[in-house]
Parts: sequence; structure tokens; C-alpha cells
Amino acid sequence: MKRERDPRGARAGGSAAGPPAIELRGVVKRYGSVTAIREASLEIGDNEFFTLLGPSGCGKTTLLRMIAGFEDVTEGAIFLYGEEIEGLPPNRRPVNTVFQQYALFPHMTVAENVAFGMQRLKRPAAETEARTRRMLDMVELGGFSERKPHQLSGGQQQRVALARAMAPGPKVLLLDEPLSALDLKLRQAMRVELKQLQEEAGITFVFVTHDQEEALTMSDRITVMSAGGIQQVGTPHEIYEKPRNRFVADFIGETNLLDVTVEEVSGGGRCLCRLANGARLECEAPGAPRQGAAVCISIRPERLSIVMPGGDSLAKPGGGARAPRTVFPDSPAKPGGGDSLTGVIRRIVYLGTDTQYLVGLEGGSGITVRTRNADHAALGLGPGDRAALNVDEGAARLLVD
Amino acid sequence: MAGGGDTGGAGRIASENTPGTWAPLRGWLLAPSWLVIGVFLLAPVGMMLVYSFLTKEFRGGVIWELSLAAYDQFIFDRGLFGDEPPQLEWTYITIFGRSIAQAAAATVLCFLIGFPTAFFIATRPVHTRSAWLFLVTVPYWVNLLIRTVSMKFLIRDNGPLNEFLLWTGAISEPLALVNTNLAVQLGLFYSYLPFMVLPIYASVERYDFTLSEAAADLYADRWTTLRLVLIPAVIPGIVAGCILVFVPSLGAFLAPDLLGGAKNFMIGSLIEEQFKGNAGNWPFGAAASMILLSMVLVALLYYARQQIRGERAG
Repeated sequence: MKRERDPRGARAGGSAAGPPAIELRGVVKRYGSVTAIREASLEIGDNEFFTLLGPSGCGKTTLLRMIAGFEDVTEGAIFLYGEEIEGLPPNRRPVNTVFQQYALFPHMTVAENVAFGMQRLKRPAAETEARTRRMLDMVELGGFSERKPHQLSGGQQQRVALARAMAPGPKVLLLDEPLSALDLKLRQAMRVELKQLQEEAGITFVFVTHDQEEALTMSDRITVMSAGGIQQVGTPHEIYEKPRNRFVADFIGETNLLDVTVEEVSGGGRCLCRLANGARLECEAPGAPRQGAAVCISIRPERLSIVMPGGDSLAKPGGGARAPRTVFPDSPAKPGGGDSLTGVIRRIVYLGTDTQYLVGLEGGSGITVRTRNADHAALGLGPGDRAALNVDEGAARLLVD
Repeated sequence: MAGGGDTGGAGRIASENTPGTWAPLRGWLLAPSWLVIGVFLLAPVGMMLVYSFLTKEFRGGVIWELSLAAYDQFIFDRGLFGDEPPQLEWTYITIFGRSIAQAAAATVLCFLIGFPTAFFIATRPVHTRSAWLFLVTVPYWVNLLIRTVSMKFLIRDNGPLNEFLLWTGAISEPLALVNTNLAVQLGLFYSYLPFMVLPIYASVERYDFTLSEAAADLYADRWTTLRLVLIPAVIPGIVAGCILVFVPSLGAFLAPDLLGGAKNFMIGSLIEEQFKGNAGNWPFGAAASMILLSMVLVALLYYARQQIRGERAG
């Protein structure tokens, strides 16, 4: 498929040249007294794979439907390449949608479905026909043009929906959980295909999903939404490694959330926090934490490792270069660091690639540690054994609210 | 006839799923249906077919002598005493033509009013739909004869409709509506409207409105969406509605009798006349019925074939 336009502007926010592909400015959506979207402002860059991620009912589909024109905006404005599109009916907006259940026209053939949009735009018949064929070849359904949708498998229908939406050459493609009706294997294959297609076509994708793995693997940037509000916008790496608040940390991947008190605010966005059991831990702290504040920190299970008393890190062979910061609670804090955590192993879960340890910390709360099995065959530990935990540099992160 | 086909299909499915020990009994389970269909459907049609080939008795009834006179009378005019060279008889063909035109017009009118009505009901909130459907069917709790007479009362020269129009000043003289084709049309439309609304409603209710959104998303305006997406998707309901209005309209006799008068005769009235009192001609009535039945059957078979062909192509 040929490029419709030269990609203009920077990826994140389109600040370099030209307006962003889509800009939401203070968008609010209310249904009577129920607020579905409270004040959303976003900039989606040209040629960006942008994902709206959140649990069901968080407003992500409502946001997408407002961009498509199926829902009107209660307050605020939506801009498409700098032009306000509020008030334009869906059939006058140069965006196309891939629907969750595909919404293929059942009485039309695959080719008729794909040609539908181009025919409405009064494109020349020869061009429409050629492009229909090209789109079907692109999604590898060249031989299926005369079939009816019900004669295709779910994955094939999904690809027809994609070809149909991309055929008119929209500036922005909206995808409403397009993979959710497929089985796992197909879903994983389609992720790669979709991302590749987006890069080749050079158009902006706005992708709605509740599947964090889908969001992380495909997106240039992700918006995490919850309860009608935007929680965080960032690259997959930022969202996963630097969650801004408790919701994002908890929703994306697995994490340990620990209640702590800020003991000492050091420079460079760091602070020393005291856990309930008295152990101290150095944390990354975005914003400006107040000394003595009761806050919450997040530590990913894979950023923790189990260390035998004696200082030999069994869980991180690569960690040899970095000296394991393993100190027992009664020992003094290392300069710039914190104390180590110790506890008793309560349960061990074998997960194939990984092993998961549930460790009961001294002072009550539990913490999950995840280690890769390829790195060490077996620790020889069992439930009831005492273990010291090593926290990776920068792994403990303070969360707002 | 359709009923027979359906039950046959159900029997076949059952035979594939039930254990073999029940095999001898299974055929008999359908016996009551076959009995009812046989006694009340096939036998009368068969009788009519036979009677149409018999000779007429002058005071009603038949003489058991084979004759083609009934069909001959329908098509040819052989003069008062039957001894002149045969000429094509236009009287009955005209009545048939008028009936088909009236029934077709009633079908179109019912569709134009019934489709939006059905669409309206199907798009109401779920819990209010049955109330709307109930409203559509309320008039049908009253006997058709009473309703047709009431219609005549409404539209007669000094009836409420004319009184109202005179009062508003829209007309200066009462409209002569009774005993016109228009009055018959009005009667047919009113009698059969629910038969259009109900099947279309059933189709639209199942329609996935995301398809309309998809069409709008692909640059179709409302009219194009209706024409290319909604109507094709609910076409089975539309066809069912059209058949249910067209077929009974074609054979209707109450509306033409009461509202149309002698000049606006339809097939139903013609047939009815042949079996009333002593003036009738039973074989001729039976022949006219058979011709009507054949026409309807041909139309239905043609439709069924189109359907099958459509499914094969799809």
C-alpha cells in the first residue's frame, strides 16, 4: 500500500511540524447525570500507534466513538489535523473504524464490503476495483473476494474489516478492540501484523484495548484510562517502568504495592522510605514528596531477587557487575541506599519460564518475587525458609495517590 | 403447504438425533398434523379442483359430468346462447387485473406506512416495545366486518371525515369516496397493515445497528445506509410482510363489497357471488378460485426459487 502522505511532525504530540493528527481539548462526555469522560486532553501524533488502555467501562470506547463521530462531545473540542471536527457527522469525517465485532455487511461479498467506502466517495470504478484487490492482497485474502462474510473464519473476517476500513485511505484509523474476538494464537499473530501494517501504511492508528499485553507490544504511546479519566500517557516503557500512580502500577503487569512513610527526601528525585516493618528503602520519587507523608511504593516482582545470607545473589547472575545491596535490617544502611528486606518464603509457584516466590516480610505484609528459571536451575529453597531480598537499582517507585 | 414442509423438516432432524428404538413410532407422532393439514387444507383444495371441472346445476351445486365449461366461460365469450364464434372475454380478466392492481397498491401502501412504523417500534426501549405492538394489534380484536362497515360510515358523504373537511373549509362539497377504488384501497390497507408491521418489526429488531454505524463510517449518508445496508438486511421480513398483505388482499371480498360497490368488483367478490343463493355457478366459482390459487402459487414458487438461488450464489 502506498503512503497516503509524508509523515509530518514528531511522534509524540506532533510538536515539531504541523498540527497533531488528533487533538482532544478538554473533552467531557456526560449522559444525563452520569459522567463518562471527565476532562480528557490528548495529542496524538501523525503516524503514531496510539493506544487507549483501560478496564471495561473506563471510557476508552466512548472516547474513540467521539473521534469517529458516533457520540457527540458534551464539552471541549476535537481537532483532526488542526481542524475542528465536532458537528461533522461520521460520514463526513476522514477517519475509518474497525469495529469490535467487525460489522461486515452480511449480504455483500468481501470485495463489495471493501469497496463500499470508496464507492461512497465516488472514486473512479477502475481505481476502486484495483485498490480493493490491493487491499485484499495486503491482508492475504486475495482469493476470497467473492465470499460472503459468514463463510470466513473469525480471523479472516477481522482482516476484511481492516481492509475495508483502510481502503478509503483514512488519515486516522480507529480500532475498537479489534482482536478481542480472536483466540490467543491468532491474536498474538495479528499484533505483529497490525503493527507492521501501520508502519507500512504510514497512517495514525488509535487503538482501544483492555489487554495490557496487546498495548505494550504494539503501541508507540499508551494512554491508561480509568473511571472516565486519563491516568497516564507515555511510551510502553514509561508506563511499565515508571507508573505515575497506584492505578497504573496495579493495572499494568504485576506489582508489589507497599505502604511506606517518607523518611528523608534526597536530591535527584529520590527519597528514603520506611516500611511498616522498619526496613528502609531508597525509592524513585517523581514530583516532590513531603517528609513524613504516608505513601505507596511499587516494586515489580522481576526487579526483586532472592539472596542467600552470605551475599551471594542466586537470582541474578548478571548482577555480578552490580554489587548486591543486601544488608540485614539490623545492619546500618549503605550510603545512598536502603536496607534489604528479609522474610520467610510462604509459597513457591513454578511458572515454566519463571518461578514465583511469595515471601512474608517481617512485619506482616507479603511480597512477590519473580525469578527466571534459565538463570538458575533451582535455589533449593522451600516454604518456611528465610530469605533476604535484593531490590534492583531504581526498582522501588513512589506513586502519587 | 408451508406448514407441511416445516413439519417434514423437523421430523428429519429428530430422526438423526434420537435412538433407533423409537423409529417405528416416530412417523406416527406427526399424524395429527398431517390429519389436520389433510382434512382442512388439502381436501378442500382437491374438492375445488374437482368441482371446477364439473357441470353446473342451475340452482347451485354440481352435476357429476366432466366439463371444461367453467374455464371456457372465464376466458371466452360465446354469446348469450353459446353458439357464436368464441371471442376473448374481458370481464373476468378485467376483474383479475383490478384485483392484482388493488392488492399491489395495498402492499406498497402498507410497506410505506408499515416499514417506518416497524422501525419506530423496534428502536424503542426494550420494555416499551410490547406496548407499541399491542397498540398495533388492538383494532384486530374487533371483527373485520364491523371495522369495514365503520370505515364506510367514516368516509360516507355526510360522515365524520367529510363533515370535518367541510368544517375546515378544505372542501366545499363532500368527497364522494364510497363506491370508489380509493375506498376499496383504504379498506384493504387498513385491514392488512399489521401483517406488514409485525414481520418487518421482527427483522428490524434483530438488525445490528453497528452495521449502520459502519456504513456511516464509510461515508454513506442516511438514505444510502437505508437503501444499501438496512433494507437488504431486513429483506426477509419485508418479503414476508408483502406476501402476508398481497395474498389476502387479492382474495378479499368484504372491503370491495362494502366500500367498492358493484362497479369495483374484485376476485373475492366474484367468487363469493358464485356460491351465494341460487344464482351461483359452483364450477365457475371453483375455476376462478383455482386460477387465483395458481397465480399466487406461481408467484410464491418464483420467490422461493430466487431465494434458493441467492443462497447458493452466496
